Amino acid sequence: MIHSLFIINSSGDVFLEKHWRSVVSRSVCDYYLEAQRANPNDVPPVIATPHHYLISIQRGGVSLVAVCMQEVPPLFVIEFLHRVVDTFQDYFSDCTESVIKENYVVVYELLDEMLDNGFPLATESNILKELIKPPNILRTIANTVTGKSNVSDSLPTGQLSNIPWRRTGVKYTNNEAYFDVVEEVDAIIDKAGVTVFAEIQGYIDCCIKLSGMPDLTLSFMNPRLFDDVSFHPCVRFRRWEAERVLSFIPPDGNFRLMSYHISSQSVVAIPIYVRHNLSIKTGEQGRLDVTVGPKQTLGRAVEGVKIEILMPKCILNCCLTSNQGKYNYDPVSKILHWDIGRIDVTKLPNIRGSVSIATGANTSEINPSINVHFTINQLAISSLKVNRLDMYGEKYKPFKGVKYITKAGRFQIRM
Amino acid sequence: MLSTASGTMSNNGSYKNDWTPGGMEPDYSIDPASGGFFHSDYKKHDDLKEMLDSNKDSLKLEAMKRIIGMVAKGRDASDLFPAVVKNVVSKNIEVKKLVYVYLVRYAEEQQDLALLSISTFQRALKEPNQLIRAGALRVLSSIRVSMIVPIVMLAIRDAAADMSPYVRKTAAHAIPKLYSLDQEQKPELITVIQKLLADRTVLVVGSAVMAFTEVCPERVDLIHQVFRKLCTLLVDVDEWGQVVIVNMLTRYARTQFADPNLHDKDGDSERPFYDSGSDVSEKASPPALDPDHRLLLRSARPLLQSRNAAVVMAVAQLYHHCAPKSEGPISARALVRLLRSHTEVQSVVLDSIASISCQNKGTFEPYLKSFFIRTSDPTRIKLLKLDILTNLATESNVSVILRELQTYISSSDKQFVAATIQAIGRCACSISEITDSCLNGLVILLSNKDEAVVAESVVVIKRLLQTQAADPKEIIMHMTRLLDSITVAQARAAILWLLGEHSAGVPRIAPDVLRKLAKTFSDEHDIVKLQVLNLAVKLYITNPEETKLLCQYVFNLARYDQNYDIRDRARLLKQFTQNQSGKIASQATRIFLATKPAPLLQSQFTGRERLQLGSLSHYINTRAAGYEPLPSFPEHPPPSEVRDVEPIAVMQEAKSTKSDKSQSKKKLFLWESEVSSAPSSSSGSSSSSSGSESSDEEATTESDDQSSEPGTNKQKEETESSSEESESSSSESEEESSGEQSDQEKDNVKKPVPETKLNDNKPKSNLDLLLDLDDIPITPIMTPSLGGFLTPLNNPTPNLASPIQVVPPSFIPTKGIELLDRINGQGLSITYRFTRNPHLFSSSMVNISLTFTNTSHDDITDIQLGKKNLAAGTSIHEFMSITLLSPNCSLAGTLGIDFNDSTNPANLEILSSKGSSNVHIKPNIGELMRPVTMSEEIFVTEQSRLKGMNEHTANISLASTNDLSEKVFRAANVAVCPSTKQNTLRFAGQSLTSSSLILITTVIKEEQVAITVNCEKMIIGSMLLNELKLVFK
Repeated sequence: MIHSLFIINSSGDVFLEKHWRSVVSRSVCDYYLEAQRANPNDVPPVIATPHHYLISIQRGGVSLVAVCMQEVPPLFVIEFLHRVVDTFQDYFSDCTESVIKENYVVVYELLDEMLDNGFPLATESNILKELIKPPNILRTIANTVTGKSNVSDSLPTGQLSNIPWRRTGVKYTNNEAYFDVVEEVDAIIDKAGVTVFAEIQGYIDCCIKLSGMPDLTLSFMNPRLFDDVSFHPCVRFRRWEAERVLSFIPPDGNFRLMSYHISSQSVVAIPIYVRHNLSIKTGEQGRLDVTVGPKQTLGRAVEGVKIEILMPKCILNCCLTSNQGKYNYDPVSKILHWDIGRIDVTKLPNIRGSVSIATGANTSEINPSINVHFTINQLAISSLKVNRLDMYGEKYKPFKGVKYITKAGRFQIRM
Repeated sequence: MLSTASGTMSNNGSYKNDWTPGGMEPDYSIDPASGGFFHSDYKKHDDLKEMLDSNKDSLKLEAMKRIIGMVAKGRDASDLFPAVVKNVVSKNIEVKKLVYVYLVRYAEEQQDLALLSISTFQRALKEPNQLIRAGALRVLSSIRVSMIVPIVMLAIRDAAADMSPYVRKTAAHAIPKLYSLDQEQKPELITVIQKLLADRTVLVVGSAVMAFTEVCPERVDLIHQVFRKLCTLLVDVDEWGQVVIVNMLTRYARTQFADPNLHDKDGDSERPFYDSGSDVSEKASPPALDPDHRLLLRSARPLLQSRNAAVVMAVAQLYHHCAPKSEGPISARALVRLLRSHTEVQSVVLDSIASISCQNKGTFEPYLKSFFIRTSDPTRIKLLKLDILTNLATESNVSVILRELQTYISSSDKQFVAATIQAIGRCACSISEITDSCLNGLVILLSNKDEAVVAESVVVIKRLLQTQAADPKEIIMHMTRLLDSITVAQARAAILWLLGEHSAGVPRIAPDVLRKLAKTFSDEHDIVKLQVLNLAVKLYITNPEETKLLCQYVFNLARYDQNYDIRDRARLLKQFTQNQSGKIASQATRIFLATKPAPLLQSQFTGRERLQLGSLSHYINTRAAGYEPLPSFPEHPPPSEVRDVEPIAVMQEAKSTKSDKSQSKKKLFLWESEVSSAPSSSSGSSSSSSGSESSDEEATTESDDQSSEPGTNKQKEETESSSEESESSSSESEEESSGEQSDQEKDNVKKPVPETKLNDNKPKSNLDLLLDLDDIPITPIMTPSLGGFLTPLNNPTPNLASPIQVVPPSFIPTKGIELLDRINGQGLSITYRFTRNPHLFSSSMVNISLTFTNTSHDDITDIQLGKKNLAAGTSIHEFMSITLLSPNCSLAGTLGIDFNDSTNPANLEILSSKGSSNVHIKPNIGELMRPVTMSEEIFVTEQSRLKGMNEHTANISLASTNDLSEKVFRAANVAVCPSTKQNTLRFAGQSLTSSSLILITTVIKEEQVAITVNCEKMIIGSMLLNELKLVFK
């Protein structure tokens, strides 16, 4: 299992190390740094060195490198490292070098709780938060006055129960349960505007603040839509198999109840189209003309539209005019950003102008691609609908709310 | 964005006071090259030491935080060890935790000092708070000091029987740690593992299986009994435990069940002979799986819906390696879902998918489009997806794939483009219908401006033509025509090579090409020149009439080339053109125009099936350290009866449910509805599955029948190990009334101690029954009273209560020691004597007889104890106060003192009519024990248990060996134990307060005596040894 963990910043310094099974010299990270130098954006997740195996992840500008000595499922380690970062984000609302350095004591205590002898011990955020309280100003002041510490001296109740994700004795004055149905459209659209591939990746994120031990049941109008689902451990799988309802005792606070996948059976509606034209010839000025318009949005406004065009290497600069939003072109990364915002159906956003091309460049084979971002509120593009939410086990009446959002996921247009 | 910023700000603020100026900041920004480094460093440690020594918790905490900062940064903080280790006793939980962290990091380097902390952990192991117990065990087992192995072993054994499942989980975690420290403990650890595997709590099971796979994966026999339980509990185990269990069960399945695809393989080879109708009938009756095999697959299936990628992968590999081929696609969808996850996950999953798709195209064909490549993917992912796309290519979908591949060629990622062209080649190779169109497409690519594209296309064309039986004439002619326009050297060279190989097919063109190239020879690139020479020789061999002169001309040009490689090659090849009669020349055809083997165009993932899917070894495509290859299915699977659960376990389960109605309901709900109904509702309800279910039900009903309790038969069951016997005993006790049962239940809860201890050696015991109770929330209430009993050091003897017997002392000192002389006592003198008899008030008190003598001429009245100044933990039972002591008279009194196993003197004040006087009684360590005896066998086993730090030895030269035992008796209140060895004497005693065993062994070797003292309390052992040394001298 995991022998040691090193956390490395973007400039290649090891700024935190923790050892479990034995002390491994930090020089082992050199193998990782070498791979990172060779290809900063594409470091292999597993690196075999003569005596160790380095399994690493990169998130938020820091790399977590786990050192293993023996055969171990790589996904086991990768998944755990991501869980570590998730926990840090949960605690400190961010996971960057400065945040980790600032809270190194809590970080160290967390790592100590999460892993025992290289094997995960407590990774459930609810349990960890009871063991080690997240830092905030009020508590720090209180601790200095009363002499208490952030570390709990008793075992969290959840750890022993059959529902480790929920702590006991939760109490709220306003009992609320909010569900966000978020759908992301993944698509590849080819030059001619034909959809090569499209699918919907959906999530149901919850914010549940209910007292006691509520037992919730969530049902859908059209559960047959789902191709594939994955659940938070709290969901009773058999109820789902048999009745297609989500029955669960929720964790306290924010969590992801389920994620689902809709692809094969239903035709995925593409809510936006991009008309584009880029003509370049060697030794000349090129012309770029892009228009964005809504398509199949069921009458909802398309908002937060952003377009990123990854230009071919030969394009030096762009001189464009847009009728809506701002644009900028980064000549180093060759990316043209165009921030449109809300699409006005009466006057479609358009950007056009000239691009300057490097002399002598090979312009015959270029295929820039466009990444599109957008958001549509109050719409689930798959037409998924929550039917009802019932609560058992508690007497009070909770306030319930469901929100639908459609977003662009990995939405790519080939030019 | 704004909210994050404010969040950081607040963090900043909150932790500001943890960062003293000059504290952490320089740690991070320190420059090792600067001159003041060592100096300032040294000084800073000094102030840290000061802070650690202070009385204030806040200062200590501050210091510890800074030290942890140094540890985190990887800087050496080992010189602070002595200062830090002292604080292990700190009451402040956070300080304690940080000290633990520090200790684990540096204990290995400072073994001697680390031992100082051991007793603290031993004490913490008896704490009523389960978190502290577990924490102590975690740290104790993490200290990698081989001396404490026996202590850790003892702690693990006791923790494995703890009331709290959390502590038991920690015990499971500690097992691999101890195993890595001392491999010799394996047999004992295995018994603990066996016990933990039988645990019913989901919290424990995952860790127990982890310990099993790390310590004794070869002991498949341990799994038989728990197999069905593991399968049913699988859904409820935490995600990390699920991964470990599924991986372990995959191995188990490979050794215990028949190959589910055995019949399929036959079917596959015969398939062409069957028509479709018979095929269907064959499918209708698949070979029946072992019900347990089916149970495993069925209970793992819901885990495919887990949010944890590692769990999904573990189940996918289970299905891949152990399920019938027809069920393989079940896991495909879940694996494809993982492609939405982080790139690292994608990379590993794609790797596995590529491997599966090599062997089995059908599985992932429906998800073909999920493997289409985006420009934003990292190169690694792109290449993996490309490989999968190529693997999945069939006649029906190849057009879609090719269209995709075409768009990829214009990517700016060169490595990716090259791989794409190779992928086209592979598609063309595997699907004959498209070979021609692929070739044409590739030929078009030859005119690409990009050198890499051209070179790769030529190479691929070359390979394709080699593998093709068809006539390549057309293409060669086309390529020859392109020769004028292509400038890329590699491509030109490749064309020339092809032309040379197939010159017989194009007899008119080849000499003409050579003629053209002869003209431009001097301007060509080196590799082209070499190929021109090759072509020339080959043409000369096949067609000497037309090309002889041309060939000679080319060779002459080459002879004076600037590049020596070319001159060399020319010299070499010339031998074949000039000297026709030479021996070499006669073999020219065989040398140059031999049929060359076609390069193999296949996925880089072929051949990986020998490695377990999803393993580290599979990913790096070589065997990693500690990798055990998956065994192949046995030809004749072992009988499945071994997995039939022994009724004793079921019975206990039934009992615990009966004992508490409400609890039983809860239990049923939790594990029937959560777990075992999972398979039933999964509605597979195939004929094979119903078999196992019904057997489960049988087991439950059986348990209901045998609802008697084993409580009354405790003794019996302890001695019985076989299930059958216990079964019979339980049926005997069936008649017992239920009213009695509840009483016994109470008994069971109240005094589990002797049982626990006794059962240590026996894996199957009604200890499990006790463990079952811990789901009840009353556990914490019960713990305080039990905590003391359950701990190892307090009283290890009860577990041997019967074999170890207290005996009367062998020697009683008669000489009194003066406590108060008559001058200080103003006429009252007191002497005391250890009677070595148990005190009536408490067995842990030392019995001291006092003699009061009045040497004055007046009566002394009211002699009594005044102030008592006692060390912590000691207690005293006063003597009867004496109302009158006449002159020259003596009276006796008896005093009982519990010294708490320490030789700290008891300071007393004696009041009398003559005034008060202070006295103190200091016992010898030898008086603080009671003599016991035991058989030699037990003596030896106990002794072997008390090795390491608990053993003290010394060699003493002795004048005479006659009165050896008498001397021992004089020094310590012990008794002789039988010894069969000559010259060896054994003595045993028990400390009064803690009842720790004290074993003394003396071996006489010519004038020398080797004395060995074994005692759980290290201090007692070493003090006793010193005293014995004194006596012998």
